[in-house]
Amino acid sequence: MALEKITQVSGQGVYVPGSDIDTDRIIPARFMKCVTFDGLGEYLFYDVRYNEDGSKKGHPLDEPRFSAASILLSGENFGCGSSREHAPQALNRFGIKAVIAQSFAEIFFGNCTTLGMPCAIASSDDIKTLAAAIDADPGLEITIDVENSQINYGDGQSIAASIPNTASDALISGRWDPIAELIEGADKTAATMTTAGY
Amino acid sequence: MSQTAQSLYEKVWNAHTVRTLSNGQTQLLIGTHLIHEVTSPQAFGMLRDLNLKVKYPERTFATVDHIVPTDNQQMPFADPLAEAMIKELDNNAKEFGITYFDLPSGKQGVVHVVGPEEGITQPGTTIACGDSHTATHGAFGAIAFGIGTTQVRDVLATQTMAMEKMKVRRINVDGDLPVGVYAKDVILHIIKLLGAKGGIGYAYEYGGSVIDAFSMEERMTVCNMSIEGGARCGYVNPDEKTFAYLKGRPYSPQDNDWDTAVERWQSFASDADCQYDDVINIKAEDIAPSVTWGISPDQGVFINECVPDPTDAESDAQKVSIEDALEYMKLEAGTPVKGIPVNVAFIGSCTNGRLSDFQEAAKFLKGHHVAEGVKAIAVPGSQIVAKQCEDEGLHLIFEEAGFQWRKAGCSMCLAMNPDKLQGDQLCASSSNRNFKGRQGSITGRTILMSPVMVAAAAVAGEIADAREVFSMNAN
Ligand code: SF4
Repeated sequence: MALEKITQVSGQGVYVPGSDIDTDRIIPARFMKCVTFDGLGEYLFYDVRYNEDGSKKGHPLDEPRFSAASILLSGENFGCGSSREHAPQALNRFGIKAVIAQSFAEIFFGNCTTLGMPCAIASSDDIKTLAAAIDADPGLEITIDVENSQINYGDGQSIAASIPNTASDALISGRWDPIAELIEGADKTAATMTTAGY
Repeated sequence: MSQTAQSLYEKVWNAHTVRTLSNGQTQLLIGTHLIHEVTSPQAFGMLRDLNLKVKYPERTFATVDHIVPTDNQQMPFADPLAEAMIKELDNNAKEFGITYFDLPSGKQGVVHVVGPEEGITQPGTTIACGDSHTATHGAFGAIAFGIGTTQVRDVLATQTMAMEKMKVRRINVDGDLPVGVYAKDVILHIIKLLGAKGGIGYAYEYGGSVIDAFSMEERMTVCNMSIEGGARCGYVNPDEKTFAYLKGRPYSPQDNDWDTAVERWQSFASDADCQYDDVINIKAEDIAPSVTWGISPDQGVFINECVPDPTDAESDAQKVSIEDALEYMKLEAGTPVKGIPVNVAFIGSCTNGRLSDFQEAAKFLKGHHVAEGVKAIAVPGSQIVAKQCEDEGLHLIFEEAGFQWRKAGCSMCLAMNPDKLQGDQLCASSSNRNFKGRQGSITGRTILMSPVMVAAAAVAGEIADAREVFSMNAN
C-alpha cells in the first residue's frame, strides 16, 4: 500500500485561540451518531460556531477572509478528552490538512498522524506571531516543513516547529498508516502471543 | 533480558512488544480488545474496504453503552440513528464472530464496567478500546488505553498497533482519608494538583497506603480519570484484592489454571526498587470533598472553598481560561461553591456507576428526599450492577428519595442518548468530564463530584457538603 510521502504541508492559516480545546468541542457527541465519517466536516466546532437557532456566532472558521484556510493554529493541550477519531476526521473533512499548537493530547495526536495530518508543536510566542501575521494577511501562505522541523511563511520568515520523530518519520516515509507493516508482522505477533501467555 | 528492577509498565510493555517498526514505533500486541457502538462501525467499514478479516475474534469483546436509552430499552429505539448504530454492531459482531454482551444478554453495560465484571480485564495484559476511559482497567494491573478508530481497525486486523513507550509517574497517596472523602475526591485532587495536561507522555502508577486499602471499585474510579489528568493510562499493581475480585468470574482462569495465572500476574507487579521517571507524594489528610467549578476537570476546589478570581491568576493564559470558565458556568469570581443551585443530579458512568457507589449513596440518602425542582437520576453502569442493587433493594431507597432508577448505560455522562441537560441547567454529576456542552445542552453546566456529594446536592438543591447534609461525623 503506497501512501503519499508527506514532507510538507502548505496552505493558508486560521487561528482558533484557547487552551484545552477538547474533542467534545471539536465535534459534539450528538454528531457521532453515524456509522461512517462522511459528512462530519459540517459539524466541526458546531456548538462554538452556531447559536441554538442555527445562526452563526462569528467563529474564526466562519470569517470569509479565512474561508480558504487549511492549517489551524491553536493553544495548549489541543484535542484533549475523548479518543474519538471523529475529531480529526471532522477537521480533515472540513478541509484542515495540519494543525499547529503549543501542545497536543496524545490520542488526538496519534489519530491525526495516522490520517496523514501533521500536528506541529510551536511555542506560544511563535504561534502568536504567526497568528498576527495571518490576521494582517489572511492570504499568507504557510508551509509546515516536516522534514526540517520548521514553519515558513511570508517572504523568508520562519518559526521552529517540532514533530516527534516517530510521527515525522512516518509522514516523510509515507508510512503514516501503519496497517501494511502491522500485517507484515503477523508471524512475530503469533510468536509474541505464545510467549506472553495468551 | 536485563536484570534491573522494572515497573509493571515496562514489564507489560516488554512482554507485548512484537518488534520495532520502520519509524521507530513499537508494534505492540494487544491482549484484549473491547469495542462499543460509537467508535467501531467505521473500523469495520475500513476492514471491509481493505478486504481484511478480524484476525483473533476471540480476543475482542463488544457491548453497547453510549447510545442506549436508559428509561425504555424496547427496540426499535425512538431515535432511528441510535437504532441504526446498534444494528450495525449486531451485524458486525455476528459477521466477524465477536462475543457481544447485547441488551438481551443480561450483561450489557458501560464497556469499562463490563470488562472487569466478566473477568476479561486481567493483570499483566494490554487492553485497548476506542474509548479514552479504557484507563479504568488499569486498576487490575493492566496497561489499558484508549485508541482511535483507525487503531481499532489495526487491532481488529492484526491484534497489534503502532505505539510509543510512555514515561511512568508514580503517585503515592499515603495516610488516612478524612470522613466523607472518597476515591473520586482523591483523583479530582490529583488532577487539580498536576493539571489536565500534567500527564501527557506519562502512564500513572497509583500506590501508597490509601490506594492499597482501596477496593477494586475504588481503584477503578481513580484509574478511570487518569485521562482527565492527561495520562493515557493509569494503573495499580495487582495484589490479593485484585485476585480475590477476579476469582470465579466467567472469563477468569478456572480450576487448575488459576494458581499458575496468579503467580504470573504477581510477577508483573513493579519491583520495589524500580526507578520512576517522576514521583509525586500526596497526603491523604490534605484531601477534602472536592468539586469542579469550571469547564476543565482540573478546575476544582474543596467544598469549603470559593471559585477563583481571574485577577489572582498567575499568567495571562490562566486568567483567560478562568474568565472563560466563569462566564460559561455563569458564576461570579470568588463565590463559595457551596450554595450554587443545582437543577439535575446524576449518579452513574464508568467512573462511579458500580455497586459500591450506589450502596454508599443509598446509605446516606435513606430518610432524605430530593429537593423540589431537582431532577435526580441513578443509572447503574451495567445490567449486572442493576441486578446487584435491586437484589439489595437499593433501587427502592433511591426511588423513595425521589431519584429515578434507570437501566444500564452511559446516560447523562455524554450527549448521545435521550438523557440530556436542557438550556443552562446545572448538573451535580458523578461522571468524569465537565467540558462545555458535554451533557447535551450547549449551555449546560456540569459540576463533578463523588456519588455521595451528588446525593447531598440533590437533597439540598444546591452544591453542599455531604458531611453536613448527612451529619457524617456523627456516624
Ligand atoms: S460512562 Fe461516560 S466516560 Fe464512560 S464510556 Fe460512557 S460516555 Fe464514556
